[in-house]
Amino acid sequence: MFSYCSDPDTLDTFRWFSCYLTNGVHWSFYASFLKVLALLAVTAPVALSFGFAGAMSARSHFPPFSWLGKTYIAIVRGVPDIAFFLFFVIALDQGFEWIRHKVLCPDWTDPIRQGNDFLVCQAAKLPLGTSPEWVHETYGFFLAVITFSIVFGAFAANVLFGGMRAVPHAQLETAEAYGMSRRQTFWKILVPQMWVYALPGLSNLWMVLIKATPLLFLLGIEDIVYWARELGGTKTSKFTQYPHGDWRMWYFLALLIFYLGMTRVSELGLEKLMRRLSHGQATSGGELLRKETTA
Amino acid sequence: MKNLILTTAALALTAGIAMAETVRMGTEGAYPPYNFINDAGEIDGFERELGDELCKRASLDCEWVKNDWDSIIPNLVSSNYDTIMAGMSITDERDEVIDFTQNYLPPTASVFVATSADVDTASGVIATQTSTTQASYVADSGATLVEFATPEETIAAVRNGEADAVFADKDYLLPIVGESGGELVIVGEDIPLGDGVGLGLRESDGELQGKFNDAITSMKDDGSLNEMIVKWFGEDAPRY
Repeated sequence: MFSYCSDPDTLDTFRWFSCYLTNGVHWSFYASFLKVLALLAVTAPVALSFGFAGAMSARSHFPPFSWLGKTYIAIVRGVPDIAFFLFFVIALDQGFEWIRHKVLCPDWTDPIRQGNDFLVCQAAKLPLGTSPEWVHETYGFFLAVITFSIVFGAFAANVLFGGMRAVPHAQLETAEAYGMSRRQTFWKILVPQMWVYALPGLSNLWMVLIKATPLLFLLGIEDIVYWARELGGTKTSKFTQYPHGDWRMWYFLALLIFYLGMTRVSELGLEKLMRRLSHGQATSGGELLRKETTA
Repeated sequence: MKNLILTTAALALTAGIAMAETVRMGTEGAYPPYNFINDAGEIDGFERELGDELCKRASLDCEWVKNDWDSIIPNLVSSNYDTIMAGMSITDERDEVIDFTQNYLPPTASVFVATSADVDTASGVIATQTSTTQASYVADSGATLVEFATPEETIAAVRNGEADAVFADKDYLLPIVGESGGELVIVGEDIPLGDGVGLGLRESDGELQGKFNDAITSMKDDGSLNEMIVKWFGEDAPRY
């Protein structure tokens, strides 16, 4: 990065670190922070919509929908995350490839499963074997988003289901008395009011999601924990210009600060959101706000 | 959901229009000098250099992929990459699940490393990396085995006293012992394990196996493999 970096052995401590912390492998480390933030930014809304769909179908009056929603919630909540992550991603990937194989290579006669091997024709590979590495990484990222969303969506569905039930029944009866249809009551009365009941549960989920990102490495994505372990490990002078001992503690300390910072920022954001949602609500929080403004 | 599938399919299709035979090479990237991540963040090491040369001789287009050691075989058989070059010794257990080319490194020596030379390696607590030839050797030897996911953690376990000694490839341990300033020492004799290091392939990939076997033979014949071994493992390393 800097011109004096060509021979790090001769540098003083400050300059040594300025070179060490800006070498190529550290940029990969810094980029992985963005990767984690991007994953959070994409997964949170997708998981929330999975949750919303799950909750809507769980309280549906049409029994098959309701069973579907309840089964989804029960299964995902019951299976350990790590099992889900290990099994589901490989299954999902093979499922996609199997479908593509059936569509793209109808003439293929060899069995797809040969002993331990899972073989589809070259054109059905996802991504194609010839694709550049970034396509593979994007695809892995996409699988990660789907998997996280399905897992966290089930928890969110349960929270939203509870939130929907917590809205005072009198509100819904009043809406019906005014002649609103079931659909209008749901979208105009129930949904706007349920968030205040669901938010504490959803904020818990958000916190758990932030901490769950190291599971990414199970999916083959090099996240911040992977790089901290890799960079902090002992390096001997034969293979690097920057030899050092076991520095994992310092790298993990940096991660600790990052995660605590994320938690603090989230807390502030959620507090603000809660205040906003409480406006005009028949809850103790809403009552407090009313007193504040009138006093 | 359907839309998502379609968009990825479209993405994959548009990205891979140029069809050359690409072989994806899986490695761990945490086991110098075999394979490691260099200062620039790229995969480097003996296997990187050898792999690139083999691909050139077999006229293949090779791309390197990093994968965790624990799941390196499952991801090969489910076709996420096509070969494993990760210092993997050829053993009978592995040969049941995947295939190997002929070895590109003669059987390498493994050694015990501990903080003092008088550790009893036959009955003490020995750290190894999970699912390695060393792990099965220790499991059969009567010593207490503790397994770790990465080589780095096995060294740390000895340093902090969790294990009495670490058992791993000599080539991996030597530079670490050399730079430990006398803190770590080699205990006992070299122990040769396995049938040498080979390239792992799916059992159904006979054609690719043939290409790599030919390339390895040609490198053994013209002596370029020996040069590479000396460059990365030093003058004392066993050669062909």
